[in-house]
Amino acid sequence: MGLLEFARGPALWSSVAVLIAGSLWRVAGILRLGAAPDLSEPRDTRLLAGAMRGILARMVPRTEFRRRAKLGVWNGYVYHVGLAVIVFGYLPHIHFAERLAGLAWPPLPEPVVYLFAGLTIVSLLVALMERLTDPVRRLLSGFDDYFSWFVVMLPLATGMIAIHQSYAPGAVPAPPLDPLPLAVHLLSVELLLAWLPFGKLAHAFLAFASRGVTGAALARKGAPL
Amino acid sequence: MMERARTVLDSRKAPDARVAAREFVAQVGRDAAFQLEACVHCGQCADACHFHLTSGDPRHTPVYKLQPMAKAYERASAPFAALRRALGLAPAELTAAELHEWSGLLYDSCNLCGRCTLVCPMGIDIAGLVRQAREGMAAGGFAPADLYKAAERALETGSPIGLRWPALKRQIELQERETGLRVPVDAEGAEYMVVLTSIEIIGFAESIGALARIFRQAGATWTIPSAGFEATNVGVQMGSRDVAAELLGRIVEAAERLKVKYVVSPECGHAYSALRWEGPNLLGRRYAFEVVQIAELLDRLVSEGRLRLRGKDARRLTFHDPCQLVRRGGITEAPRRLMDGVAANCVEMPGSGAASFCCGGGGGVSAIHRAEALRFAAFACKKAQIEATGAEALVTACANCRNVLEEAIEHEGMTLPVLGLTELVAQYLEDETRPG
Repeated sequence: MGLLEFARGPALWSSVAVLIAGSLWRVAGILRLGAAPDLSEPRDTRLLAGAMRGILARMVPRTEFRRRAKLGVWNGYVYHVGLAVIVFGYLPHIHFAERLAGLAWPPLPEPVVYLFAGLTIVSLLVALMERLTDPVRRLLSGFDDYFSWFVVMLPLATGMIAIHQSYAPGAVPAPPLDPLPLAVHLLSVELLLAWLPFGKLAHAFLAFASRGVTGAALARKGAPL
Repeated sequence: MMERARTVLDSRKAPDARVAAREFVAQVGRDAAFQLEACVHCGQCADACHFHLTSGDPRHTPVYKLQPMAKAYERASAPFAALRRALGLAPAELTAAELHEWSGLLYDSCNLCGRCTLVCPMGIDIAGLVRQAREGMAAGGFAPADLYKAAERALETGSPIGLRWPALKRQIELQERETGLRVPVDAEGAEYMVVLTSIEIIGFAESIGALARIFRQAGATWTIPSAGFEATNVGVQMGSRDVAAELLGRIVEAAERLKVKYVVSPECGHAYSALRWEGPNLLGRRYAFEVVQIAELLDRLVSEGRLRLRGKDARRLTFHDPCQLVRRGGITEAPRRLMDGVAANCVEMPGSGAASFCCGGGGGVSAIHRAEALRFAAFACKKAQIEATGAEALVTACANCRNVLEEAIEHEGMTLPVLGLTELVAQYLEDETRPG
C-alpha cells in the first residue's frame, strides 16, 4: 500500500473514527457530571429560546464592546470564513466529499478560493503573532493553543503545495502523477480531525453548548444576553 | 447548617490546597464544564474588565482567574482526565502558594459584575464561575481574612459589621419621629416583609422613613422582622454556600414565621442575587413567598396607580446600574421608569444598562481592606462613564454601590452627591405630609 492509499484509506477512517469517538466521549464525559435543578422562580420560562438567542447573539460582539474590539476579534471572522470557503468551495474538496459521502455541490471559482486561501493564511499568521505578542493571550496560551493553531495551518500549507501538482489527463479525482503532496495534505487533514476532540478546536461544538447554557440561564433571570 | 458554616470559617486556620481542589471539582457540574472546556483563550474578557483596563495586568484577565478551578477539574473529572494522568499530561496538583496568589485575583480584583460574561464569544459565564471558584477558595481557607471575619460576625450577630437588633430599633425609632409614621415590627400577616442591609441601617437610615411613606401611600401592610432583618449575605460574597444558607435561612424563617406574601429585597445588588436567585438552591427548597426587589416593587406600585408622584428633581441626574440588579438580575427597565417619574433631566451613561461598569466594590471587594487601592484605581472606568453625562447628581439602587461610589468620589476629589432611588421616589410622592 502506497502512502496515498494509506492516507485515503486506513488513516482517513481512523482519524474520522477518533474524531467521532473522541467528540462523543468528551460530550458524554461532560454530560455525566449532571446539573442540579434550579429552584429559584424564573422570570422567564422560555429557556430554549434563551439558549438559541445565546448561541446566535455571541456570534457578533455587543455594540457596547465593538469599539474596544482588538484586531484579533475581527481577524477571527476572516480565518473562520476563509476556512469555510476553502473546505466547502474548492472543487477538489467537493470531489473528495462526493467520493466519500456521495454529496456534491457547485464549487466557487478557483481565483476566489485562492484569494480566501491567501487571506486565511495571513489571518492565521496574524492570530499567531497576536497570541505571541499580546500579554493577555500569551499568559493564557499553552501547548493546546499553539498545537491547535499548527494543525489548522498545516493542511493549508500542504494544500498549497498540492495545488500545483500535475494530474494525468482526465478527471481531477484521478491520482496525481506525484502522489506524495496529496498524501501529505490528506495526512495533515487527518491529524486535524484526530486532534479536534481533544483540544481547543473542540470549541467547534462546545461553543454551542456553552453559549446555550449561559443564554438559558440569563434568559431565566430576564438578564441581558 | 450552623456547624457546617463554622467549619468553613475554621478552614482559614490551616489552609489546605487539597480541600480547595476537591471543592473546585465538586463545583464543576455539566454547565460549568461546558463553559470551562469551550474557552479558546481569546482574551476578549480582559477588555471588558475594569480591573484589567485600569491596571493593564494580564493576570487580571477574568478567565485567567479561573485557572485553579480549571486545573483541578482537568486533573480530576474532565472527560480525558484519566488518560492525561496516565500519560503524565494532567495539570499538576494545586499548591497553597498558588492559591494564596489567586486569592488576590479571585477576590480583590473581581466584583462578580459579569461584564466579562457579556463579552465572551463562547458564552462563558465567567462571573458565575468565579462565584463557584470562590467556594473552593473559602472551603480551603484561602478567602481573604476580612471576609472570614465578616462571616464570623454575621453568623454570630446576623450582620457582617456586628450590627444587632437594638441598633436597628434605634434607627427605626428615629425615623418614626422624623416621619411621624409607625414602622411595623414583627407584624404577622403583613403583605410585605422588608429586609435591610447594615450599610443602609447605619449610613442611609432615611430609607426606612422613605419606605414608611411609600407603604402608607400604597396602602400596603408591611413589616420589618426583629430577627432575620439583615439582607447582606457575606456567604455569597466569600463563596461559602454553608454560610450563605445559614444567613438566608434566618430571613426565610422570619418570612415564614410572619406569614408574609412578599419579601422585599432592599437596595443591595448582592442581597438580591442571594435571596432571589441563589436562595432556593442553597436551601434546597422553593420559597413560600415571593421575592421582589424594591425598585421592581416601586415600579409596580407606580404603574398600578398605588403610588402617585408629583414634581420632579430639576437637576441633571444619571443612574448607576448595580451589576447584580441589572446585568445579573434582569432589573433594567424598572429603575429607569422610576427615574423618568422623578427626574426632569435624566441622562444615560455611555454603555448604561447591560454594559455599565461596576462601582468597584461589589462581590465583597469593598469589605477587603487590602483591595482598597485596586478598587479606587478601577473606579476610573466608572468615573469616565459618569463624567460623560455631565450629571449633577448620581442615583443608584444599591446601598453598597452608593457607599463605594461616595468613597471613590471623595477619593477622586469630585463633588457629586449620590442618591438612593427609593428615597428619591419617596421625596416626590403626591400628598406627602410631614409631621407638624
